[in-house]
Amino acid sequence: MANTIKIRAKSKNDVVTVKVLVTHPMETGTRKDSKTKEVVPAHFIKELKAEAHGKVVFHGNIGTGVAKNPYFAFKFKGAAVGDTIKISWVDNLGNSDSRDAVIK
Amino acid sequence: MNLVRRKVIQGGMMAGLATLVGVPKLLLAAWPKDAFKAKSMEDAIAALMGTAEAQDGEIVIKAPEIAENGAVVPVSVTSHIANTESISIIVPNNPQPLAASFELMGGEPFVSVRIKMAQTSDVVAVVKSGGQVYQGRKEVKVTIGGCGG
Repeated sequence: MANTIKIRAKSKNDVVTVKVLVTHPMETGTRKDSKTKEVVPAHFIKELKAEAHGKVVFHGNIGTGVAKNPYFAFKFKGAAVGDTIKISWVDNLGNSDSRDAVIK
Repeated sequence: MNLVRRKVIQGGMMAGLATLVGVPKLLLAAWPKDAFKAKSMEDAIAALMGTAEAQDGEIVIKAPEIAENGAVVPVSVTSHIANTESISIIVPNNPQPLAASFELMGGEPFVSVRIKMAQTSDVVAVVKSGGQVYQGRKEVKVTIGGCGG
């Protein structure tokens, strides 16, 4: 699968602000295809995880109420410029992806 | 047949399975299926927090007054409650009210996410802190629903 995660991580006054953009359809399982009139099966990200220094710094349980190609932003302490942050996601069909980014 | 030998083999297989399946889940709470399936906000909060009683707290929600497109509504939540452990975002008028629940793992009490809204509704942010549950809300008017309507 092509890379699905875009990350911007910036450190300012010891606080790291992380912005994450994931490419994902986020199907609710209730929407009907406009051509075939068939219900599109649910396909959504269930979990998003951020790790720094091997420690989980942010974890989200995600439902179908999150928009398509979801955007998340969060802040945490305990990492500095040059450190690596790892973002990973898992969806309800068992697909997953992860990506590293360097904090600027 | 050598019974002891059987037991040893079985035990070994179980231990192998446990390391394969169990360990990554141990650290974090499993995906709260009941909370996401809940059809009302009260049920969702009860399933998520163990109690439906949420007191008003100092929670700032940044969201548009009017969302022209309910499929993409940017929402930011900042909690001013000490020791905020988790922030959950709930849209009471959505078919499945709970949009997402974030565990902050000791990080800063801020989260931003883009959500879907089926119709005009409050956006409710529920914060867990030291066994207490707090909530804040903000109304967002939706002109076009975002759930395939």
